[in-house]
Formats: sequence, C-alpha cells, structure tokens
Amino acid sequence: MTAGPGRRLIPAYLVTGGRSRPTGPALDRLAVLVRTEEALPQDTGSEQRRLCELLEPGALTVVECAAHLDLPVSATVFLATDLAAAGLLLTRPPIPSAGEIDRSLVERLLVGLRSLH
Amino acid sequence: MDSAPSTDRTDVGYLPAAARTLMKLVVTGPFGVGKTTLIRTLSEIPTLHTEEAMTQSSTLLDDTAGLPEKTTTTVAIDFGRLTVLDDLVLYMFGTPGQDRFLPLWEDIARGALGALVLVDTRRLADSFAVMDMVEEQGLPYAVAVNRFPDAPAHSDEVLRAHLDLDAGTPLVQCDARERRGSIDALIALAEHVLTRLPQPEDPQPEDPS
Repeated sequence: MTAGPGRRLIPAYLVTGGRSRPTGPALDRLAVLVRTEEALPQDTGSEQRRLCELLEPGALTVVECAAHLDLPVSATVFLATDLAAAGLLLTRPPIPSAGEIDRSLVERLLVGLRSLH
Repeated sequence: MDSAPSTDRTDVGYLPAAARTLMKLVVTGPFGVGKTTLIRTLSEIPTLHTEEAMTQSSTLLDDTAGLPEKTTTTVAIDFGRLTVLDDLVLYMFGTPGQDRFLPLWEDIARGALGALVLVDTRRLADSFAVMDMVEEQGLPYAVAVNRFPDAPAHSDEVLRAHLDLDAGTPLVQCDARERRGSIDALIALAEHVLTRLPQPEDPQPEDPS
C-alpha cells in the first residue's frame, strides 16, 4: 500500500487528529463496546458523542454500533479505539477470537439451537 | 430469557447482560435467494445492515494512467443476532456470494463457525460459484434449499446430484420464512462443523520437551 493523495474511505470529519490509523490492534467487528462511568469531556466530537450516547443503556458490538449510527465499520472501529484510549469505553474481544472454535463450544451451540425448537 | 435492559429508551436491542461468547456464521448465496429473509426469521433484533466499502484496484484493467486508480462501491451487509443460550450469542451475516466481494467476504468470514449456502431450485447453477468460493475459504458449510412456494420440489437425492454435493456436506430443505426449518438448517451446519473438529479422545502426541 502506498500512501498518497488517494481517495479516503473514511469521511474527513471522522479522521481525528490527522492520524491515518487508530493506535493499538484493530477491533474485531464483533468486539463488545461498553460505556464506562467516565463523564464525557466538553470537547468530545459529535460522532464520538453519538457512539457514547448509543452505549449508555447497554453493550453492543462494533458492527451493531456501525449499523445504528449509519457509519462504516472501519470508522466505528476508529471512533471506538479513540474512546477506549480516553477511558470512555471498554472494549472486549469476542470469545472465541478467530480460530478458537472448539468442540465444547459447538456442542453448547447445538444444545442451545435444539432448545429453540 | 434475557431481554433488553429496562433502561432501554429506544428500539436498540442491547446485548443480554449474561452474553459472554459471541459466535458468527455467514449466510450466503446468490442475490434474491432469501438470505435476509432467513436472518430476519431467526434474529431477535430487527435486521440491521452496514454499508461496506469495496475498493477494487483497476490497475489491471488500465495500466496506462500511471496513477493507481481505485473504484469504490458499497454493498449492504444485513445481519441479525440470536441468543442461543443465556451466555452464547450467534450473529448471522448475510454475505453475497460473488467473487468480487471476496475481500469483504474474507473479513466477515474470519473466525466464523461456518457458512450456510442458500439455494433456489429454479436457479441451481447460480449456487455453484458460491459453493466454490466457500470451499476456497476453507469454511465448513451446509446447503439449505429455500423452498419458494412456486419453485419445483425435488428430493434430496436429486438436488444433491444436481449440486454435485460431497457426501459429507449436509443438505436441508427449508422455508426461510419459517423459524423451525431455519433453525434446523443452523443445526445441520453446527453438526457438520462438529464432525470436522478433532475428537477429544484422539491422543495428542506429547511434546517431549
């Protein structure tokens, strides 16, 4: 990938602080986002504020937040990563993470699916 | 059964407080085969969608400009959620089965349990490319024939032959609008996934160090 004046996929208003990528590992689309008790600072951006307000009543995954806020998943990851760094959100990777599906998990899934009949 | 917290002021379906394990599977197939219908039938929340950008380099098509031209299109990915046990939640992503969606497909399929490939008996051939793609991804899959009311009915044997299905690949027939049959399709997929996972009694060679 070459950096350059190419077209940006994330709208300009979402690109915070001129950085091209969030710090830390990228969040999975099924990472769970939880709002912390930390009060929102006055200067919280409007998109960040919308995400925090969405999460006030309960937890959601990244992809659900993206759908509710009508944002691309990549932009939601960006916002959530920033907000987590600021202590306003907690993020939890989905369990299992990729490649960790084992028999006991699938057996429990089957028990659950059969109980839904 | 857990429900959304009582503080819920909107129609947002928040995760049950007990949810600990989140799994996902891909519901795929040709356009119009009933992916979203099946997800809507099974989902405990109103079906959601994200607009996903697909960037395709066109340098292979036009190398003369000297600049890396990119074309960006978006595709809507529908998804839903089903709490299977109090702590176990299954996400279902409806993903188009065309080659041009491959990078997006890979992103969504990463870590997925497997794929449910939906088939329309009036357009069997449309499903071949989808099955090829799923196989290339190495994702376990089951085939679910969506029985449209006006589509001809065939026996499982006839369908298996026409789809050239491997004997180990499950095939179920269901109506994607109907919950019980759609759950049976998920069960068929989960059972198939289980057969591909190592048996616990298989002796694992000990690391001599």
